[in-house]
Amino acid sequence: MTVTTPSQTSAAAPQVIRRRRKPLPTRLYKVFRVVALIVVVLFLVAPLFWMLLASFKTNVDIYDTAKALIFSPTGENYANVLQRNNYFIFIFNSFWVAFVSTALSIVLGVPAAYAMSRFTMHRSALVVLMARVIPGVSLLVPWYYVFSNLRMVGKFEVLILSHMFVALPLIVYIMMSYFDSLPLELEESAQVDGLTPIGAFRLITLPLAVSGIATAGILSFIFSWNNFMFALVLSGSNTKTLPVAIFDFVSYASIDWGGLMAAATVVTIPIMIIALFTQKYIVSGLTAGATKG
Amino acid sequence: MSVMNAPGSAPARSAGRPPSMGGNFSTWANRHRKWLFAAPAMIFVGVLIVFPLAWTLYLSLTDSQGSVRAKTDFIGLENYLTVLTDTERFWPAVGRTLSFTGVALVCEVVLGMGIALLLWRPFRGEKWVRVAILLPLVATPVAVGMMWRLIFDPNIGFANQLLGMVGIPPQPWLSGQDTALGTTIFMDVWQWTPMVVLILLAGLTSLSDEPDEAARVDGANSFQRFFLITLPLMMPTVVVAILLRGIDALKTFDILYATKGKGGGSFHEVETLNVYAYGLSFDYNQYGLSSAVLILFFMIIIGSMWLLTMRKKAVSK
Repeated sequence: MTVTTPSQTSAAAPQVIRRRRKPLPTRLYKVFRVVALIVVVLFLVAPLFWMLLASFKTNVDIYDTAKALIFSPTGENYANVLQRNNYFIFIFNSFWVAFVSTALSIVLGVPAAYAMSRFTMHRSALVVLMARVIPGVSLLVPWYYVFSNLRMVGKFEVLILSHMFVALPLIVYIMMSYFDSLPLELEESAQVDGLTPIGAFRLITLPLAVSGIATAGILSFIFSWNNFMFALVLSGSNTKTLPVAIFDFVSYASIDWGGLMAAATVVTIPIMIIALFTQKYIVSGLTAGATKG
Repeated sequence: MSVMNAPGSAPARSAGRPPSMGGNFSTWANRHRKWLFAAPAMIFVGVLIVFPLAWTLYLSLTDSQGSVRAKTDFIGLENYLTVLTDTERFWPAVGRTLSFTGVALVCEVVLGMGIALLLWRPFRGEKWVRVAILLPLVATPVAVGMMWRLIFDPNIGFANQLLGMVGIPPQPWLSGQDTALGTTIFMDVWQWTPMVVLILLAGLTSLSDEPDEAARVDGANSFQRFFLITLPLMMPTVVVAILLRGIDALKTFDILYATKGKGGGSFHEVETLNVYAYGLSFDYNQYGLSSAVLILFFMIIIGSMWLLTMRKKAVSK
């Protein structure tokens, strides 16, 4: 991608001017577009807004159609979630598992992605990416067997290990396409100047890859935070993560809707705040490698 | 996936061997850095995959049940026979898995393309729309499932209140035999269409303008330009989006479990292969049988991926 052929270089100048064309002319289209965009935004945001509203309602108000939008908000649900159900522990668990599994995956994944990109080890890369394809259930039974024999189910180590399984392939995938786009020449000239290949990787390429690593790290943190199935089976009462803890508000007989919506909001809000501040990284991570065809 | 045909970056072996530093280990490490870098990650994933997969394959040939530690007998292909002749749960689950994935994918790609086209050219308030698109994507799937469970609740849900305003009788949504699968597809579309939008938008922005411009000069209207120029050029990106999204849609679990599991009634209406296998393993402890289901499920996934990559290759040519 980075190799510029002569024809591309000469075409570069007019491209800058042409990149964004004038919008389509007709007024009708403009009106249509505004309406369509409003519908899209409403469709995406309204359900979340509804969840937020319900989390401030009493269970009586949730049942009352007349109080759909106008009601007297209460913080009772949040007090219930955070204090009586001790969600601070689950928040810490989720954070710890996501953070450590992301950090370890970066340590393992970034050098691997570098080697796979530089030496075009596509078959090796497929091994790692297989982890994206295999349904998690098929791994859970054997994992559960081994870890329960080792008396390790319910320990952080096991949860972190299982979440690394989600994070590592993601990081390798994103970083491979990032390294593909970094010019090789810089490293080569550093080697000519006397650096060893590993030295060139450490001192030249790695600093250049920081924003790519940030992208991969943020995305892997989000996926680990949201992961549910592995924690459902492999976490214990002390290591329960937020997505699993939500189910405390659901019993076979009845559902504490207010509490449930407050719990759902508590899980979602931190990750959304992170996402809003790191928007551009998330978008570039999610679309990594997608447009190369 | 781009791995298969990423631009070939040849290794720079020819660069003059630098003066050795730090003795033998450093030289050795530099010479073998290819595997030194790649091996740890590969071993990690390999051990966590290969061994469990081999075990699942073995379990699928035994009568393992009750406890993971119980003694088991080798029974050959009997589990597969049981599963493949099971028209009550297995085949309907296959059907649901495929229709869930198929319908969700079609909706997501069509809607995604529409929205991506809306966002293609700059406009005021672009920032806000981008935020809205990101929100469902990062929201925790289980929380999202719970949110929809409230909205689609037959008695107190907003969905039925909305229907009531226009005089349509309340629907059972998630609990109905005919409506449950459709409702969960709707949830999947809500959460993952934004992902398709982002991928397609990235594809659209990287398109060269020349063919489109030429067609405009030749007097093609916007529909002709879209269907004859933009869409064909976008096909490789569309296939990538389908591939990435399809793998995850086939494996959908979180939303189904959140809306149906634990107190939400039986899974029966939305039981996909993933949910079926999970239930067999962790609710009924039928490890042998569930392993057979999983091996078949895995073959379905590999098969559909293979078909799509073939299609992708054909498209790229």
